[in-house]
Amino acid sequence: MSYEFLQTLWFILIAILWIGFYFLEGFDFGVGMLLPFLGKKDEERRAVINTIGSTWDGNEVWLLTAGGATFAAFPHWYATMFSGFYLALFLLLVGLILRGVSFEYRSKNPDPKWRNRFDWMIAVGSFLPALLLGTAFANLAKGVPIGADMNYVSPNGLAATLGLLNPFGLVGGLTTVAVFLLHGANFLALKLDGDLRERARAISKKLYFPAALMVIALAVTSYIYTDISTKIGIDPGIVPIASAVALLVSIYFINRKMEGWAFITVSLHIVLTQVAFFMLMFPRVMISSLNPDWNLTIYNASSSQYTLTVMSLVALVFVPIVLVYQGWTYYMFRKRISAKKETLVY
Amino acid sequence: MNPITLSRWQFGLTTIYHWLFVPLTLGLGWFVAYMQTRYYQTRDENYKKMTKFWGKLYLINFAIGVVTGIVQEFQFGMNWSEYSRFVGDIFGAPLAIEALLAFFMESTFLGVWIFGEGKVPEKVHLAAIWLAAIGSNLSAVWILIANGWMQHPVGYAINEVTGRAEMTDFIAVIGNPKAWVFIWHTLADGLATASFLIIGVSAWHLIRKQYTEVFKPSFQMAALVGTIASVFVFLGGHTMGQYMYEAQPMKLAALEAIWETEQPASFSIITIGDLTGRQEVWSLHVPYVMSFLACNNFSCEVKGVDQLQTEYEAKYGPGNYIPLMVVTYWTFRIMMTIGFIMMAAAAWLLFAARRAGYENAKWFKFLPFWAIALPYFANVSGWVLTEMGRQPWIVFGLLKVQDAVSPNLTILDLWISLVGYTAVYGILAAVMFGLMKKYAVAGPDAAMHESVDVAPSLLGAQD
Repeated sequence: MSYEFLQTLWFILIAILWIGFYFLEGFDFGVGMLLPFLGKKDEERRAVINTIGSTWDGNEVWLLTAGGATFAAFPHWYATMFSGFYLALFLLLVGLILRGVSFEYRSKNPDPKWRNRFDWMIAVGSFLPALLLGTAFANLAKGVPIGADMNYVSPNGLAATLGLLNPFGLVGGLTTVAVFLLHGANFLALKLDGDLRERARAISKKLYFPAALMVIALAVTSYIYTDISTKIGIDPGIVPIASAVALLVSIYFINRKMEGWAFITVSLHIVLTQVAFFMLMFPRVMISSLNPDWNLTIYNASSSQYTLTVMSLVALVFVPIVLVYQGWTYYMFRKRISAKKETLVY
Repeated sequence: MNPITLSRWQFGLTTIYHWLFVPLTLGLGWFVAYMQTRYYQTRDENYKKMTKFWGKLYLINFAIGVVTGIVQEFQFGMNWSEYSRFVGDIFGAPLAIEALLAFFMESTFLGVWIFGEGKVPEKVHLAAIWLAAIGSNLSAVWILIANGWMQHPVGYAINEVTGRAEMTDFIAVIGNPKAWVFIWHTLADGLATASFLIIGVSAWHLIRKQYTEVFKPSFQMAALVGTIASVFVFLGGHTMGQYMYEAQPMKLAALEAIWETEQPASFSIITIGDLTGRQEVWSLHVPYVMSFLACNNFSCEVKGVDQLQTEYEAKYGPGNYIPLMVVTYWTFRIMMTIGFIMMAAAAWLLFAARRAGYENAKWFKFLPFWAIALPYFANVSGWVLTEMGRQPWIVFGLLKVQDAVSPNLTILDLWISLVGYTAVYGILAAVMFGLMKKYAVAGPDAAMHESVDVAPSLLGAQD
């Protein structure tokens, strides 16, 4: 396998890991953010948590694997991005820590105050990563101040984190939050039973228009802040259009109470938006806002051909196995969950 | 403090904290899996209670190990970007494989185990806990392969153009003998840590004459496993000494505070030095023993720090190649002393528990309970020793710590994250410790019936 082929292959593999993460943790984060608002009684909250209880941790591993694969396949990408987005990633980690612990600890004490506190930590711990990832991805597309030595131009840190919070970054962050909320609501409508299912549906309906507005805002601002018009053209091509269409038709299914299709169409929107993002980036992995010559690309940021070959073989064997057993767990836990004490796992 | 010092403190703090939880996860998983297997085979309710009770403690501990592990994977890039650029080819591979092979397995099947009881076939539920235990231990294997490469780089070549280390032999990297001794030492240590927790908690209930049907068999099982595991930990540690003799003689000399080359080398049981660490005030030495530790015979030469410093300067250029001796010397002694106490204590408990009425003995009232803490001190000392003994290198012989840090981070960034992690980790530790204590004291009945433990409502205001 040629070096260039391997570099492209690993770009695609890492893209797939991020896309999988957005699709899977997208609804996890949505469910987490909706938790305090949707569940009024303890059983209801537990039911909401249990829709993702058995799978959220496995979903989060998509992020870890994306990180690890980036480290192995594109060390410079990993080094520049992780050190450059330092404080944003620190906050993201704090969010993930609070959220992960809360899932396990919230039911370890019957005190309502205790449980309520952890439920809110789940919500905040879902909101922060969603917002920060959206902001970070928007900034990746826009370009960040990378110097000739591949490092963020100093002094950065706090300044760079505040630099991430430019209008386009904020639009990216808020859009991600809004779409994940919608995605989570659709997932809950699909997984819950009884009254909760009705409530999840009603929330999905309410969330649709804010989410759609944010997506439009993101699409419009991409033409201002990214090089989409020069790189791809005014006509963005089939993928972003298909992504928009998917979101557009989802309201039809949401209104018709066709939960499965509502979930599928919004999922499709998320997946295709991510595909569009990676198509815009390719073959770049980090764009320098200072000088296009200082961009990190799959060619100057990658590992050696030997490492990429070894990693390709490992991925070829194990990725299918992981997909099979992770898919199997969703099948195993496919039953709807109702907020009845007797049936709930605490 | 400068950015390097702050990043080092942060890495040390977050890694030690992570390592407070991981060994128990590694070891306790096997116990819970075994107990559930026994229940599956015998239908003895006591095994079910044991599974539930220890399983609960396993999960409370597991949660923190997992979330603090994410920090570990991210902070190579966040704080050590130059390191990441230099070693990504080699170090990144086991890390990615760890995520793909081990993290997915451990988290997916643990989810099936927690939520699957009564929902998936019983055999599948049993397989899930085994797969989760295997997954955790596999993850330790891969991260230790990565760390083994930092201690003893193999299977690489330095690219003349880019100056980066590139992998040339994957099999050599994963077959690194140094790493495998490390793996042996660590996995056995996980079992020993779990054994001592089980011993201590069981004893606490046994002296109160409660739930003996659960805690007597738990105690005996743990005393047996603890004895065997501690011996394996010791043998692994001893073997590491010989690898160190060849690969990292400076670390070996530093953990012994040997300044002058000795042949045969004596072992210092205790040395009180003056403030510079170079002058002995008082010491107690056993002849020949250090030679035995270093090369398995009683007469070999053990190089002293001074000679090694001269050799390294000739080889790597001017600089200080001596680790912080007061740390290496004392962490080694703490680790080893505790290791011996653990072996002796576990064997003693195993032997004593064969007699009827052992739970009434006077020593039983305090010894097993306090022994819970022993492995924790040894675990922390061991990691501090192996990492600080490698200083000033981050990758031995190839890259120094001072050249590995992210150049773009400011003091302010680092203070924010350091204070932030410390605060979050501190609170988590307090919550986790409280829960462990609560469930350990409550006994198996609480663990069996937790599923009906539903709060009436959440904050009356909302209802």
